[in-house]
Amino acid sequence: MLEIRDLRATAGDIEILKGINLTVNRGEVHALMGPNGSGKSTLAQVLAGHPSYQVTSGSVIYEGQDLLDMEPEERAQAGVFLAFQYPVEIPGVSNAYFLRAAYNEIRKSKGLEEIDSMDFIDLLEEKLKVVEWGPEIMSRAVNSGFSGGEKKRNEILQLALLEPKLAILDETDSGLDIDALRIVAAGVNKLRSPDRAFVVVTHYQRLLNYIVPDFVHVLSNGRIAMSGGKDLAHELEAKGYEWVEAASAAAAGAGA
Amino acid sequence: MSSQVETLVNKEYKHGWVTDIESDVAPPGLSEDIVRLISAKKREPAWLLAWRLKAYRGWLKMLEPHSWPNIRYTPVDYQSISYYSAPRTAKPLGSLDDVDPKLLETYKKLGIPLSEQKILAGVAVDAIFDSVSVGTTYKAKLAEQGIIFCSFGEAVQEHPELVRKYLGSVVPASDNFFAALNAAVFSDGSFVYVPKGVRCPLELSTYFRINSASTGQFERTLIVADEGAYVSYLEGCTAPKRDENQLHAAVVELVALEGATIKYSTVQNWYAGDEQGKGGIYNFVTKRGKCAGNRSKISWTQVETGSAITWKYPSVILQGDDTVGEFYSVAVVNGHQQADTGTKMIHMGRNSRSTIVSKGISAGQGQNSYRGLVKVLPKAAGSRNYTQCDSMLIGNRCGAHTFPYIDVQNSTSSTEHEASTSKIGEDQIFYLKQRGLNTENAISMIVNGFCKEVFQELPMEFAVEAQKLLGISLEGSVG
Ligand SMILES: Nc1ncnc2c1ncn2[C@@H]1O[C@H](COP(=O)(O)OP(=O)(O)O)[C@@H](O)[C@H]1O
Ligand SMILES: [Mg+2]
Repeated sequence: MLEIRDLRATAGDIEILKGINLTVNRGEVHALMGPNGSGKSTLAQVLAGHPSYQVTSGSVIYEGQDLLDMEPEERAQAGVFLAFQYPVEIPGVSNAYFLRAAYNEIRKSKGLEEIDSMDFIDLLEEKLKVVEWGPEIMSRAVNSGFSGGEKKRNEILQLALLEPKLAILDETDSGLDIDALRIVAAGVNKLRSPDRAFVVVTHYQRLLNYIVPDFVHVLSNGRIAMSGGKDLAHELEAKGYEWVEAASAAAAGAGA
Repeated sequence: MSSQVETLVNKEYKHGWVTDIESDVAPPGLSEDIVRLISAKKREPAWLLAWRLKAYRGWLKMLEPHSWPNIRYTPVDYQSISYYSAPRTAKPLGSLDDVDPKLLETYKKLGIPLSEQKILAGVAVDAIFDSVSVGTTYKAKLAEQGIIFCSFGEAVQEHPELVRKYLGSVVPASDNFFAALNAAVFSDGSFVYVPKGVRCPLELSTYFRINSASTGQFERTLIVADEGAYVSYLEGCTAPKRDENQLHAAVVELVALEGATIKYSTVQNWYAGDEQGKGGIYNFVTKRGKCAGNRSKISWTQVETGSAITWKYPSVILQGDDTVGEFYSVAVVNGHQQADTGTKMIHMGRNSRSTIVSKGISAGQGQNSYRGLVKVLPKAAGSRNYTQCDSMLIGNRCGAHTFPYIDVQNSTSSTEHEASTSKIGEDQIFYLKQRGLNTENAISMIVNGFCKEVFQELPMEFAVEAQKLLGISLEGSVG
């Protein structure tokens, strides 16, 4: 469903992504690991269409469409969802109002009728269970004054509600205590399905004990330096990122 | 960097059409004769003509204010304006059936149903077209409870004693340049009187429409809530697109007697001028309320999205003890609009309280100023004020300015002032776009959230309208 070919992207004058290749099929869970600053968030943001980044070469085909040619909202409507590393606060807008607006935009884009508020409340009650939340959270303003953990849970709630085809989770585990981590991971696992793919960005192996990936990729300095199965995450945990960097430098040296 | 939050596109003004209707228009220019003509057209009693003439003579000695620090405008040529325009068919109207169908059509286009069958339940409407009231709905129903809701002209004919008692009692004819001009030439407006102990069961509403070219609109509204009465009043305004600036110099006076409450809400969407800053309405109005009796309350809520220039300070004189004054405001400027708005809270009575919540939104090259005075006189012991002033900037070429003036003259009173300025963030917009909203809906949602404390003061239907308006006013503010 997702084909990334030789993707290069810059922010201002700095090249951050230096030729990414990645294929993701339906139903698969890919973990994207790598040291801080290696470009994980940049890749996630580029896939979502953040205006701060310019794609300088390469292509991204999503469900047969040129993803890079689409507006961010078109990507969202086509089923690309990004759970943000730093979810943004929208003061004064209730979470319920925001969720309903988002839900309706996605429905409208599919030619479906907007949901009315009574039906939406029923739907929401179901979705709240996914993140083990009560309805109180709905009257609070979007992410305003939320703790780090609440913000991440709110992202997973949106994921549950909007039912995307491709979900990219950017460090959804960071800043979570062990209980919150368990809830968030369980939520994600409930949403795994043969039709939905996940790209789970994480710095630590810890999350992958809960969300077991089909593939693990290690990003280093804007490139995928190594790919493997779920065991790669354990190997990384034991050997550290220096090992990957050394290995990929050696490979680059050998290739030159 | 600010790739997104920069490009300015034109917004389309939705109400910019003109109704093709024959009007009785006075020749342009202002003189004693014109003042007499207006008074005669309206068959006014001698005392009112005398009041007008006195105001006119006072006005001649005043200077058009140009010392406002944050507003710039070319002097108005008062001799090129026509001071009276009435749809030709407008006679004193017996019922809505007498109203020209073209006028009804106009109001329908504006989304204001004037026919009583179709009217939104719970809203009584008075519509002012250019200078003349074209119809007041639900009048009979209100009369059953002794409530008077009619055009100003009608009130002068039918309730002269009330008009005479309260006219100019809050905003004297000599108050300021534009108030004096209004006193001399005002042509119509709305009048409300709610008797002792009566809670007005309907939202009372007036829609103002400027149609003719080169006419000014000088309406005058007077609302009196007698002891223990309650009334909620809504005002909405639109005007066609025209290249020349048009002047709107209105006066609103509110009087709340002991234990009475008046809630006054405005959604102002006058034409703001084109993308070069040409045309648009000069909205120079004087709005003031007096909490004359103890325990009375006056609350202003305004959503200002239109006009080339807005200059208005809805104010409350807290004369009685334990009185309450409130001011909730959203002012949006886009394109080349300028707004200098705020309030004055004058505390005279003991334990009087006031609350000011101002939300200024600036986009394009708009300039938005909040100017507020909180004055607590020596006798107003134990008084309190809370002021909150928030500004939001969209793009890099607009401005927000805050000028609070605080003057507390006793030791038992307190004031509190909070202010903030924020920029609408690219990351906020992107977050909402990632959830499927387009840019305009995203901005609209962020801005509506920012204005929430004010919108929740508006009556339900108005709140919905205000949210839509806000969306329209900011259309194209971000490319
Ligand atoms: N908008 C930006 N402007 C300039 N530099 C950026 C921007 N975004 C990311 N970078 C830089 O790109 C590199 C990769 O960042 P990021 O993608 O956030 O890494 P990760 O998520 O793997 O920690 C870092 O050096 C970071 O400072
Ligand atoms: Mg990151």
